[in-house]
Amino acid sequence: MFKTLLARARQGYRTAPYPVPDPGLPALFRGRPVLDPAKCVDGCAACVEVCPTDALRVSEAGPELDLGRCIFCGDCVAACAEGAITLSRDWRVAASKREGLVATGDRPLQIDALGRELRRLVGRSLRLRQVSAGGCNGCEVEANALGNVVFDASRFGIDFVASPRHADGVLVTGPVTANMKEALLITYEAIAEPKLVIAAGACAISGGLFRDYQEVSNGVEGLLPVDLYVPGCPPHPLTILDGLLRLLGRL
Amino acid sequence: MDFARTHNAVPIPADAVPFVEIEVFRHDVLQAIAAGGRLLLLTGLSQKNGETRLLAAIADDVQGEIALSSTIVSGAYPALTMDFPAAHHFEREIHEQWGVDPQGHPWLKPVRFPPTGPTIGKADFFRVAGAEIHEVAVGPVHAGIIEPGHFRFNCHGERVIHLEISLGYQHRGIERALQGGPHRGTLHLAETIAGDTTVGHTTAYCQILEGLSGAACSPRARSRRALALELERIANHIGDLGALAGDVGFLPAAAYCGRLRGDALNMTAMFCGSRLGRGWVRPGGIALDPSAETLREFKRRMQDAERDMRNAVGLLWKSSSVRGRFEHIGILTRQAAADLGVVGPAARASGIDRDARRDFPAPLYSERLPAIVVGDAGDVFARAQQRWREIENSIAFIGQALDEPTDGPARSALGGLAPNAVIASIVEGWRGEILHLALTDPAGRFAQYKIVDPSFRNWFALATAMRGQAIMNFPLCNKSFNLSYCGHDL
Repeated sequence: MFKTLLARARQGYRTAPYPVPDPGLPALFRGRPVLDPAKCVDGCAACVEVCPTDALRVSEAGPELDLGRCIFCGDCVAACAEGAITLSRDWRVAASKREGLVATGDRPLQIDALGRELRRLVGRSLRLRQVSAGGCNGCEVEANALGNVVFDASRFGIDFVASPRHADGVLVTGPVTANMKEALLITYEAIAEPKLVIAAGACAISGGLFRDYQEVSNGVEGLLPVDLYVPGCPPHPLTILDGLLRLLGRL
Repeated sequence: MDFARTHNAVPIPADAVPFVEIEVFRHDVLQAIAAGGRLLLLTGLSQKNGETRLLAAIADDVQGEIALSSTIVSGAYPALTMDFPAAHHFEREIHEQWGVDPQGHPWLKPVRFPPTGPTIGKADFFRVAGAEIHEVAVGPVHAGIIEPGHFRFNCHGERVIHLEISLGYQHRGIERALQGGPHRGTLHLAETIAGDTTVGHTTAYCQILEGLSGAACSPRARSRRALALELERIANHIGDLGALAGDVGFLPAAAYCGRLRGDALNMTAMFCGSRLGRGWVRPGGIALDPSAETLREFKRRMQDAERDMRNAVGLLWKSSSVRGRFEHIGILTRQAAADLGVVGPAARASGIDRDARRDFPAPLYSERLPAIVVGDAGDVFARAQQRWREIENSIAFIGQALDEPTDGPARSALGGLAPNAVIASIVEGWRGEILHLALTDPAGRFAQYKIVDPSFRNWFALATAMRGQAIMNFPLCNKSFNLSYCGHDL
């Protein structure tokens, strides 16, 4: 008992404050893309050709990067000799509308907070059931990290629960394999109305790397009505946390 | 015995692999096993006119050799499983993927329920008969943030007589997608075979490319890759120790280890920007040589983390309430581990001296090897302690590797891939031995790409360890193995 208390003192207080202007992400962190159409060379599609998930498109207005498909690998950054694409250290890349995930220029992403009634219901206490539907355990690891003492989503009233009956919504990861589709839909069905859907990671949003494989649906696309899209492969825990807090109107 | 022999990540011409009659094949494989060999892989390779070519890869762990042989079967062949249980999951896979019937196999159930097969969940589950027997079915959606799987317990009261584990819910078709590659997505697919083993699987994949193109990584790149792999081991082992503490309700260690796992993930992100090691290991080496300043900062963080890990994990060993819940629970006997071909810390905790870092050191550990420990009791306590001792050794290894002067570019250029070749790549990931095997076509593209995650070998060990246990011990036993669902389902 005494040793346990001593260890408690030694381990210290580790919860990271949030929101903060700079959460100290590493220099190499790959976050929100910044696209500079002025640097694009006519007829060049080097970035489009290397993109493993067809997330990029170059139109007359310049490059467009669909964060719903992007795995933030940075292959396009390396392929662009002109430096028209950079990945900033901005971790806030969640959005509440699918079309809002298409990045152009240097534009922060938009999240519309829930309406007043929903905020009254879940704004201070949000319980989520997580369903991994083909997730590689990358998104799952990062969703799990929200429960550790550093990110500590509980302090904002956000918790993951075991039963969908206890949940206000579902956080889906993975491209929704054919083998998990029914289980996901049953889980969603089991949640009482009103309920939220959060799609976390490129796979859950669009199928990601597995898009159009016969073994998967393209994420929750066309299966569930999504309230929050959290891009990434996987999204950083702060990306998920920030998205949830904005959705709840807490930031 | 007629085998083609090669080494880790060294290709041989595909036509050097002998083709023998099925009787000879069975005899050779069983004899090689009896002589101390270990089944690395048994798989279908190709199909033509209703005939299927089967390939066996046998490891000689002492010599560090891989022996290959193949045969042709049409429709059916006498199963190896009855003579040699470690073949059981491979033969189920052959049955599912190639429609070949390994006759006499006691347990020919689907492995992954691919789109061509029966609907998942509609399986013929094993049932224990008896008036007082009851069944508990759990999953695919089960407690917590965890990948899906179905667990069916046949119990007498609280006692589990048999646990059947039915997987496939995570099946994404990765092996199929790798065929015809490499293409622009292949490297990223390798990174998502099992997200918590990004470095392990990506290294196995890159070794395939490097072997096939005849390129070698510089000593510095190899040293950094080994660092990456050991850091991944530390992150997962410390996280699991915390989760084990959580499963017995010992929250201080659960909280500290959860944070420390995060610290290890954050250290990973210092090298590559991603907490899970995405974008770190690249064909020909690593993406970026870390600056001296990054390495200094890493060393400092590692020292702090080591001190806190020692403190947090020390609580586990000193708490009688924890020991009481860890000891004599979920025993995997040495014999069972050997029979099932179990790998990784789960095997070593049961007294099996098997570690690919030592047995197949090249290309990663030729110069320096982490100390390798072997336990004996095979219970949850042994597996927990095994994890901790491996953490200690990995930290020591990283310290030495950083002090060692190394040179060479972070990344060497690769040439074209050898056509018509077979290559096997072995990496000791944190869960155990990862095997990738590729067969190239005349154009140097993947005609076949096989992945064997350690979980593929170890899931049945969990079912075995649960026999006779109280059902409440399942979460604890499960976490002590912490196997991958997607690594198995692919």
